[in-house]
Order: sequence, then structure tokens, then C-alpha cells
Amino acid sequence: MEKKRTSPLAFIDRLPNPGLFRMGALITLAVVLLVVVGLVWMPYEPTAMSPDRMQGISAAHLLGTDKMGRDILSRVMYGSRVTLMVALGTMAIGAGLGVLIGAFAGFYGGVLDEIVMRVMDGLFAFPNVLLALVFVSIFGSSTTHVMWALGIAFIPSFTRVVRSEYVRIKHLDYVKNARLQGASNARVIFVHMLPNVRGVLLSNLMIGFNNAVLAEAGLSFLGIGSQPPFASLGQMISEAQEIFFTVPSAVLGPGIVIVLMVLGFSLMGEGLRPATKGLD
Amino acid sequence: MRYVLKKTATTLITLAVVSLLLFVAFSLISGDPATRMLGTGATPERLEALREELGLNEALPIRYVKWLVSFVQGDPGISYVYKQPVASLLSAKVPVTLSLTIMSFVLVCTIGFPLGIYTGKYAGSALDRAVMVLNQVIMAVPPFFSGILISWVFGMVLHLFAPGGYVSYTASIPGFLGYLIFPAIAIALPRAAQLAKLLRGTILEEAGKNYTRTAYSRGNDTNGVLFGHIIKNALLPVLTFLGMCFSNMLAGSLVVERVFNIPGISNTLLASIGNRDYPVVLAAVMWIAVFIIVTNLIVDILYMVLDPRIDGE
Repeated sequence: MEKKRTSPLAFIDRLPNPGLFRMGALITLAVVLLVVVGLVWMPYEPTAMSPDRMQGISAAHLLGTDKMGRDILSRVMYGSRVTLMVALGTMAIGAGLGVLIGAFAGFYGGVLDEIVMRVMDGLFAFPNVLLALVFVSIFGSSTTHVMWALGIAFIPSFTRVVRSEYVRIKHLDYVKNARLQGASNARVIFVHMLPNVRGVLLSNLMIGFNNAVLAEAGLSFLGIGSQPPFASLGQMISEAQEIFFTVPSAVLGPGIVIVLMVLGFSLMGEGLRPATKGLD
Repeated sequence: MRYVLKKTATTLITLAVVSLLLFVAFSLISGDPATRMLGTGATPERLEALREELGLNEALPIRYVKWLVSFVQGDPGISYVYKQPVASLLSAKVPVTLSLTIMSFVLVCTIGFPLGIYTGKYAGSALDRAVMVLNQVIMAVPPFFSGILISWVFGMVLHLFAPGGYVSYTASIPGFLGYLIFPAIAIALPRAAQLAKLLRGTILEEAGKNYTRTAYSRGNDTNGVLFGHIIKNALLPVLTFLGMCFSNMLAGSLVVERVFNIPGISNTLLASIGNRDYPVVLAAVMWIAVFIIVTNLIVDILYMVLDPRIDGE
């Protein structure tokens, strides 16, 4: 990274706070590695029970075993995959629909815009965990339903920023120019304007991803989403709370992975923000 | 005053729309409540009699109005599973959840405001940078995880309270508050960090504006400019955040109640979701919705107090 040749990572040094960004990227890389390795290899089957119950940390079980004798490291690997998938799916649904709705509302304006934005305000006021609870009590509890429920709960945050960007840029010259050249509305919205909202979209995605991870963890802690015996990080913590004093790693393992998953992204986000000076 | 009236009207409309949506959604999925309550072995005559008694033979709009009226009167129906009025199942639990939320909210303000103002004033200092990194870490810890760690440190190591030894507010108010303070800390920590970060940001944004320079040029010192001019403007975005924060902590306390074995609405709500006991779920969700929507109205009104220009629009 310190070489004079332009490495693909050279952009990091030009960031406002390269140190924080690097730290965040390393943490995220570690979590992704845990998930990716888990796709091809896990020390044990995450649902396989064994007579070695509530073992502490050992060479055979790097994070010990839970009260059913299942290997905690394997379960953490599997659970991180579930949490990561739900968070990414949530972002895909929330950002996808949110951008679409925001772009149309901002571009066309008028009564439709007004109605859409009031609905978004209403949706935005509700805590995402509560929306998800209503959703699963109507449609049933599964990982897919949690993903959709959280995805819908995240739509307003994207709609708002994208809409206000569209309102701002729709009178700029390049948009007028594109329309004079005869571009259709759809082409103007998606080909000409969409690339110019990627800045606000990126920071919103980073915050949204973190909130999605935390929301999924909270819901699975309540037993909603991934069903036993399959592990999700929140659910593992919930099950392990009573054996915390015997096997601390059963709580700390999944807990720390959640923290790192969120922290990695938020530090990367902080690294992108310019440094500030105080009043004095 | 026009603004307050307009906002109150919007709030009432929102309440009506939300209650209608929830009622219709839960009515459509709940199938036939009479069969659920009596089981599939019941005779058609008994089922019919119960349907008549519950008012299920009436049209959906009439049922909605009747339900809404009885909800407002504090009697939102009868539980399918416990066969008791929903109100008697929830009434003892609502004050517990609400106390926990309010306590967390007070903690968020007492930690977040001083920290935000301090780091805003001394932005760029060593302490500010340390707090900033610490804030990022705290924001990444979900309250149920920090709750377990807190009950371990304060309960098992320092013996300041007995984890799981919840004291009812009917038995002892100080004991009740003394137990709730620990879950309240768990709920409040990440929000306080968010508040500090937001306030720091808005203070710095205001500090770059022209009126700040004018205030300095008139001979104010830093504290005079900060507390006399900047704070009031920096508070506007913070107010919106605090409103959302309250709603989110109300939902967040559902999770943390589990960790600390607190008999709030969490267990009843989740058990009812599991049992498909829709009158209870509907009442609990509607109750939370009312609190959230009313909180938003209060925020809107406070907004006008801070920025009277809004009233003229």
C-alpha cells in the first residue's frame, strides 16, 4: 500500500481519514472471511449435537460447545452467514424499492409525490423492529419474511434522500439538455440522473446495513426469523444467556461477531468523512 | 396556533389510518375466531352463538368502528387463548415497559447532551477523537448483548443488583427503579452515543455560519456564542432524532425486557404472536402505535416552540 506505484488501494490514502477506513476495512474483511470460509468448511456440522456439552475453549472446540454439545465456532460461522444474508437482502429490497419510489416521486412531483411522501413519513415513524413484528405475526415467522419486513421498513430512508436529490437536480442544465435531445423520462431518470445520487446512496447504504444487522440480531434474539436448530447470532445469544457463567464464549462469540460486523462498516463510513475543527 | 391545529388534525388522521390498516390486516388473517376459541369439535350451533356474541356476523366496517370505540374506552376485545379481556392481560405490563422507556430516554439526554456539547466545542482534540472512536464501538453493541454484559459486571461481580430479581412497582418504587436502571443503561448507551455524535455535528455546522461570526465580532466569548446562539439552532435536528429515539427505545425495550426478565409487554406480545392470539397482538401494537404517533405530535409542537417561524407557513 505504501509503494509509489498506483495500487488499486491508493484511493485510501486520499480519504479524509485513511486510518479509520483501514481499520474498518480490516474488520469487515475478517467478518467476511469468517462467512466465506464457513461456506466451504466448518469445524463441525452447526446442528450436530454431541455428548460434550458446555465445554470451555479447547483445541477441539475453539469457542467451546453449547448446552446441546454443538460446536459454537461452527454455529457462529453459520449464524454470521444468516445475519449477513438478511442484512444484504434487506438493503437490496429497501434500497431497490426506495430508490425507485424516491426517483419517481422526486422527478414527477405533484399530488402523487405528496401522497407517497406522507405514507413514507408514517412508515418512517415506526421502529423497524415493531414493523417486523407485525409483519411476521401476519405472514408467519421465517428468515425470508424477516428480510422482507425489514426491507420494507428501510424503504423510507432511501426514498427520502433519493427524492430530495432528484428534486434538486431535475432543473440542472444537463437534465434539460438530455430532455431536449429527446430522451424519454425513463431514460432521464435512470441513465442520466441515477448515477448522480450514488454519493448519498452510498452513505445511506452503510448506515442502513448496520441498522439491518442490529435489527436482525434483535429479532432473532426474540426468536423471530431463523428457526431452531439453525443458528442465527441473536438466537444463539438468547439460548446461551443462562450458560454465560459456565461457557462465556457461547455469548461472547456471537456477540462480538455482531459488534464487529457493525463496527467495520461504521468505521469505514467515518473514514470517508472530512475531519472537523472545534470552536476554540 | 394554526400549525398546532394542523398537526393535531394530521395526527388524528394518522391514528385513524393506522388503526384501520392494523384492524383489517389482523381481521383478514385471523380466520374464524369462534372456531379458534372453541376448537374444531364444537357444534355449529355453539359456534354460531359465539359468533353472534362476539359480533362477528356484522360487516367489517361496523366491526372496525365498534373495536375502535371499545379500544378508546380501554377494552380492546377478548383473548382467544386466555379467554380474558385483553385489557386485564396488558394493563399491569404497560406501565413497566413505559417506565423502562422513559428511564432510558432520561439517561440518553443526561449522557448525550453534555458529551455532544463538549465534543462539539473541543472538536479535533485528543479527547474528542477518543470519544468519537468509543462512540462508534458503543453504537455497534446491540442492547441485548450489552445487557448481558451489564448484568454480569454489575450483578455478579459488583453485586449492585440481583439479575432476574425484578421488583414490582406495586411492592417498592425505589426497588423497581433500582432494578430498571441497569436495563435502561443497556438501552440508552447506543442512543446516547448517537445523540452525542449528532449534536457535535450540528454544533459544528452552525459554527461555520455567518451569524456565529457576527456573534463573535460583537465581543462574545466562545461560551457566549455556543450557549447563547449556536445551541438553539443546533437543537432542531436533535429534536427530530429524540422523537424517533423514543419510539425506537419503546421497541428496543421489548428485546431488553427478555434479558432482564422484566414482566413488561414483551413476553405477552411475543407469546401472543406465537399463539396467533390476534386480539392481544392487535391491542399491544395499536397501543405502541398510539404512543409513537403522539410522541411525534409533541415533537412537532416543540419544534414550533424552538422555531416560531413554522407557525406562519
